[in-house]
Amino acid sequence: MTSSPRGGRTSRGRAAARRTPLPIGLVLPATALLVLALGYPLVRQVFLSVQEFGLAQQFGQPPEWIGLGNYRELLTDPYLWAVVGRTVAFCFVNAGLTLGLGMGIAVLMARMSGWVRVAAQIGLLLAWATPVVAAMTIWQFLFDTEYGLVNWVLVELGGDYAGHSWLLHPLSFFMVATIVVVWMSVPFVVFTLYAALTQVSDDVLEAAEIDGAGPWQRFRHVVLPSIRPVLLVVLLLQLIWDLRVFTQIYTLQKAGGITRDTNLLGTYIYSLGIKGGEFGLAAAAAMFMLALTVVITAPYIRMMLKQEEDD
Amino acid sequence: MARRTPTPVRYAANAVGLMVLVVSVFPVYWMVSRSFLPRNEIRGTEQVWFPWGGNLDAYRRVLAGDAFRDALTTSLMVTLLTVGVALLFAFLAAVAVSRFRFRGRRSFIMTLLLIQMIPAEGLFISQYKMLEGFGLLNSIIGLTLVYVAAVLPFTVWTLRGFVDGVPRELEEAAMVDGCSRVRAFFTVTLPLLAPGLVATGLFGFIQAWNEFTLALVVMTDPAKETLPVWLIGFSESRSRGVDWAAIMAGSTLITIPVVIFFMIVQRRMVSGLTAGAVKG
Repeated sequence: MTSSPRGGRTSRGRAAARRTPLPIGLVLPATALLVLALGYPLVRQVFLSVQEFGLAQQFGQPPEWIGLGNYRELLTDPYLWAVVGRTVAFCFVNAGLTLGLGMGIAVLMARMSGWVRVAAQIGLLLAWATPVVAAMTIWQFLFDTEYGLVNWVLVELGGDYAGHSWLLHPLSFFMVATIVVVWMSVPFVVFTLYAALTQVSDDVLEAAEIDGAGPWQRFRHVVLPSIRPVLLVVLLLQLIWDLRVFTQIYTLQKAGGITRDTNLLGTYIYSLGIKGGEFGLAAAAAMFMLALTVVITAPYIRMMLKQEEDD
Repeated sequence: MARRTPTPVRYAANAVGLMVLVVSVFPVYWMVSRSFLPRNEIRGTEQVWFPWGGNLDAYRRVLAGDAFRDALTTSLMVTLLTVGVALLFAFLAAVAVSRFRFRGRRSFIMTLLLIQMIPAEGLFISQYKMLEGFGLLNSIIGLTLVYVAAVLPFTVWTLRGFVDGVPRELEEAAMVDGCSRVRAFFTVTLPLLAPGLVATGLFGFIQAWNEFTLALVVMTDPAKETLPVWLIGFSESRSRGVDWAAIMAGSTLITIPVVIFFMIVQRRMVSGLTAGAVKG
């Protein structure tokens, strides 16, 4: 956007010719804001995690450096491991269910009559567009102890579900959470995979059919390999989203009253820090969550970096 | 895969499609239809499948108190401010990344990608401490600051795609016709970017409007709650018995703008999310 003359530069191109400070100035506001609102807290969190920073410090005492004390306290606490185990299990179960259902619906979508496909797509869009808090109130209402439709239907069917509380037991608590998460997440997977499936070459499929490949073999050896990159991205996004799930768990905990047996990492960090005032411990737990995210998403990041390199 | 499908397979697929339709739509239908029901019908022993005898009382109960209007004001201010700042900063950065080669360009792009992976839950403790230190807890500015940071990477990423899509040759043609480079950019490129700016802005709107976790952490004062935090608080307050019709009315009110905007950007949603990812 400067009017500097362009000399006869080579392939790196006309852009390289403009050695002006302009582009740096253009990225500066964005960079400064990210450094302030993400970079600074991140650095601060590292320091916070090696300090004793509890209620006493909230009331003015200077924080005390305790090295890896917070980490030691957390990592030797069997409760943290219970929370981590639940978090990872919840993440894999939800990502697996979402991917499985999404893939199944996407494959069948190509085989539906036109009007059914459009109707299903509109339905999925509606579920996808529903804000997470609205989805939470709806499903809470559906599973409500007294006025919920689920209990009503089960009673009509002759079940002993009058006044049944779904949120009191960890297993049915997580079942409700899973239903909400999967309901909200499947549409994205369906749309993405369906878009990828429509790109699969008809010619290759036909050739495979002529060569005697059955439907499963065609899916396994032709369709699956060609949508693999998209599938990988979707899987890893789903893992990230289901690992950091907070709103659903927090809301259901508020409604059901039990937290200790239903905490996942996000709500655990929240209850340590914001509720409990143990900011040092909470920061250490948050670092743990970041590390867990890195471990689970490392393959994705590597793939993205490779893609960017090939650009 | 536009191949001929055998009839039985088509019937089976259609059955699944209709099931998908019902499972997706029914909860939303339940929310909207319950919001019109009077209390005695919502609490009856029989289910009222269609709200024929419905009214708008639940909406009146929601709108009567100050809580909803306060939350609406906060939500609107934070959301619009977030979208405005994010669009401006992201637009500048996207132009730089798309139109210039400069030192640090690659690391800037990579950093944006990596930031997308950071879960808000892994950082909200120290963001809370930071805003507390700045005296920005319970403030529109404070929440906007962390929201802009949350949507910025995705916004830059999406806008960069739009800027890439406008051929540089158009600008150059205008320059041959005697425009300055800056003028060429503003008269030729910018109008072509308008749809991209709108779509990206709507994305940002949806994100900020729906966000719950950071709003819960940063806006601790009930008078400063955003709509999502208000709704969850409202749905938990059991003092006078649960007013499900009002909760559903509140949920419907929050959902309406999102659904409208979502339908506008839905085509870009799929490609946008896979290119660089965020979701609440």
